[in-house]
Amino acid sequence: MPKKYHIPVKTAPPRFLPIGRYATIEFREDCAGSCRECVKKKCIYGIFTENYEHFSTMDEPEYLYNCQSCFRCVQECTRGIFSRVINPDYRTLGDDHWRADTIRRLWYQAHTGKIPVSGAGYGGPFVAAGFDSMWTDMSEIVRPTRDGIHGREYISTSFEISRRITPLIFNQDLSLASQVSPILEIPIPLLFQMPRDLIVNDTILISAANAARVLGTMMIIRPEEYTDDLLPFADNLIPCLPADRINDHVEVIQNSRAVELSFSDNVADTFVDLRALNPGIAIIVRIPLDAMAASRGVQLAKTDVDTLHYYADEHGNELNAEEPRFIKEMIRDVHLKLVENLTRQKINLIFSGGIAMAEHMAKSIICGADGVVIDNPILIAFECRLCFRCRQGLSCPVKLEDGIDPKWGSQRIVNLMGAWHSQLIEVMGAMGIREARRLRGEVGRSMWFDDLEMENFGPIFGQRKVSGLG
Amino acid sequence: MSSKTKKMQLPEIVPVPPRFRNSIGKYVIRRNSRCISCGFCAELCPYGVHPRYENYAKPIRPKEEKCIGFSCKENDFFCIDKCPQQALTLRLNPILDTLGDYRWTAEMLIGHWEMAETANLPVVDLEYNLGYSGGGFDKIRFKHADPNHYLDLPDEEIDTSVELNKRNDGRPEKTISIPCYGGGMSFGSTALAVIVGRARAAQRLNTLTCTGEGGYPLELLPYADHVITQLATGLFGVREETILFAPMVEFKYAQGAKPGLGGHLLGDKVTPEVAQMRETVVGNALFSPFPFHSVYSVEDHKKHVDWVKEINPRVLVSVKVSTPTDVDMVAVGSYYAGAHIVHLDGSYGGTGAAPDIAKKNIAMPIEYAIPKVHNFLKDEGVRDKICLIASGGIRNAMDVAKSIALGADGVVIGTAELVAVECVRCGNCESGRGCARGVATTDPELGILTTEEWVDQRIVNMYSAWRKQWCDILRQYGMRSLKELVGRSDLLVHLDYLDQEERATYQPSPQEKLVI
Repeated sequence: MPKKYHIPVKTAPPRFLPIGRYATIEFREDCAGSCRECVKKKCIYGIFTENYEHFSTMDEPEYLYNCQSCFRCVQECTRGIFSRVINPDYRTLGDDHWRADTIRRLWYQAHTGKIPVSGAGYGGPFVAAGFDSMWTDMSEIVRPTRDGIHGREYISTSFEISRRITPLIFNQDLSLASQVSPILEIPIPLLFQMPRDLIVNDTILISAANAARVLGTMMIIRPEEYTDDLLPFADNLIPCLPADRINDHVEVIQNSRAVELSFSDNVADTFVDLRALNPGIAIIVRIPLDAMAASRGVQLAKTDVDTLHYYADEHGNELNAEEPRFIKEMIRDVHLKLVENLTRQKINLIFSGGIAMAEHMAKSIICGADGVVIDNPILIAFECRLCFRCRQGLSCPVKLEDGIDPKWGSQRIVNLMGAWHSQLIEVMGAMGIREARRLRGEVGRSMWFDDLEMENFGPIFGQRKVSGLG
Repeated sequence: MSSKTKKMQLPEIVPVPPRFRNSIGKYVIRRNSRCISCGFCAELCPYGVHPRYENYAKPIRPKEEKCIGFSCKENDFFCIDKCPQQALTLRLNPILDTLGDYRWTAEMLIGHWEMAETANLPVVDLEYNLGYSGGGFDKIRFKHADPNHYLDLPDEEIDTSVELNKRNDGRPEKTISIPCYGGGMSFGSTALAVIVGRARAAQRLNTLTCTGEGGYPLELLPYADHVITQLATGLFGVREETILFAPMVEFKYAQGAKPGLGGHLLGDKVTPEVAQMRETVVGNALFSPFPFHSVYSVEDHKKHVDWVKEINPRVLVSVKVSTPTDVDMVAVGSYYAGAHIVHLDGSYGGTGAAPDIAKKNIAMPIEYAIPKVHNFLKDEGVRDKICLIASGGIRNAMDVAKSIALGADGVVIGTAELVAVECVRCGNCESGRGCARGVATTDPELGILTTEEWVDQRIVNMYSAWRKQWCDILRQYGMRSLKELVGRSDLLVHLDYLDQEERATYQPSPQEKLVI
């Protein structure tokens, strides 16, 4: 039996109570007192169990965090003293892209390693901006290649960051004439990088690096963050270097399996020097996702580069644009331009910026990415609330500046990625696709809002008069 | 009226109060300490907001859900102004912020609780027909009808029935009296009282309900003529006799809540009774595989259909599929395999626990799938030989009517039936002991929060209220039968496809940004 990729998830409870969506409030002046029917005793989730302890320690009451919104206390209290509000902290959590429910689910996944599951159907908008205006397809009837025959554990989620192998050439004696460069395969289609301008310290870096090692993936790291403590994780680190300063980092380059260079017009000139220092190294070029992104990709694809890493802003928007396009459209743009120039098969494309959920990973791949790079979710796994107080020099509500236990931190990331991996497999399994590599650019396995409207509503309602999502 | 038209026998309507003492309404009325319990408010209010009992002088908590709110200000029975002690205050219920979601808004939930209680459409100003989803049904409206077409017919003389067997294949001609039947909810996922209550309601309404994939509890036998046996990939509890009992067997290839994924019953819900029914082990989580591992093609699918038809020569066969890109091809394949019904389950629906990623992202919403399949079957020349049923995100009577106008013959309802029995859509169906409200649970303590009789009457009441809405639409268009509405998409408009001026003549799409 071939080895199966397995992510060792294990419960890693939060250090601080996560911010819950609802808060149960009670008007105690109306309480009859000593009521034998007190609904607090009946709560099936036991959210009031430690009520009094919290009062005595002047903590925030736990029912700000754990209410499951069943309304039974509200509806059964004999005096009707209960009501509910949206937790004020929850209201201010996140923003339009990093929504409160996204952060809440990321915390849950980092805690449990499980896929978020709920009943009662979907309760969100019909369609929304960004990734929420496309749906993934599924297959009703089995095909011989699908997971139903082979088992889900055999669905491959691997991708490479080393250059693709072109068709092999053989000598007359059937010996290999092609030169095959080392293959750097990552078993899950994502890499890590630390978010900019948020708290990063040694314990956070070690946690993330260790998680990358456990998962078999890699973390892009800035040279100033690459301390001796991280040397044991060198195989899973990708130093991100300015192209004109590779000679300052010779040892790091020699100890790495991949290196990332910031884009400049003459970045390709350094590739020879890099390969001289470390012949097997995979070269990634980091390119801003802006109007020039596709054309730069086409030019670089003609060089000896292995992978292009395009970065959008943290909300997934195009950089340096007055009317920025979303990363989904930008991925299509870059992917198709490379397809058009017959160079897409030679290199790998990875994208970062705004990748917030497992579905974003799957949809990015459908749009044409080989993989994605995640940043903010790493800190969210450590309970970060994206409040950005740290950017103003204020204290962190979950004390990240004090450091974290790397074992706990690592497990939280492993859990989060375990849940994402399971979700990717769910989506791929539904589509009947056995390899993440086959999903790349497979827009035929997706459905887009504009197309569905035109195909199904167009013949009934005629010309759509509202632009965008309506 | 044609002499052949039969009057619809409507089931008996009995008001059924909610189970919980404090109902949730759109408004809250507070009575302060100035109240002297004079009882004047009780005398004034024609809606019964202020209950008062003989020989009990103390003020009782108002029935706030009955209050019509600020619109009452115009009336001379407005309790707030008339209270001699000025002891009453009225405001919007702030709890509404925490109830419901974009698809099932707080007002839609409250409206359906009211319908399930009274069998009437709410008199309170609740928007129970449209949600905040900003697309699909929430942006589709019926065109303004020509008043000259109005048909003055009583509800009893309007036909809302659906014929399920259009194949003319010698099997029974099965007709249900309303254009809805109950979706599959398995023994194990839902309380037995709810399952049996739904079956009782189906019998009284002359429609159907479905076992789901959890086997066939013997308590359903008295209602067997109205219970569909579901045959899903796990084949849990499926036996020859359960196919013989059934007027219809439903092959579940996929379901909208988790298209392409199998069912999952958590170990906590696998009680001794559930395990016995499903012939499994107590406490062990149960997975249904996806897909049917015996089906690789339409020909294999036909073997399935033939197999069931052979076991029960009187049974009708329904094929439940999700809504992939090629759902039209799947539907026509089902027809050629011998199915009587093709049942499309769209992506936004479902009652049971499902991965959030699947509910939101996999497969297309039902609003797109209905016209796609309807038109394809028409082009293939087989539309009038198969019954097209839709489900998945069909929430209320207007959604049902819109589905029919888009091309469905009828719909399957799951969530709305649960809402009728006071589901609040908290979504915790799967966790721990299951539903805290005693609906989706096998917990012995929680499962007794409901009774079969209560569930039965609540569901009957809700559908009775819905029927009033359907009859009203048909009257507007001068139609005597819901069958005349099938595929009449020319009677629909979509707000995004109208010029601004014309759009302004229709009710706008409700907009609200919710914290979810």
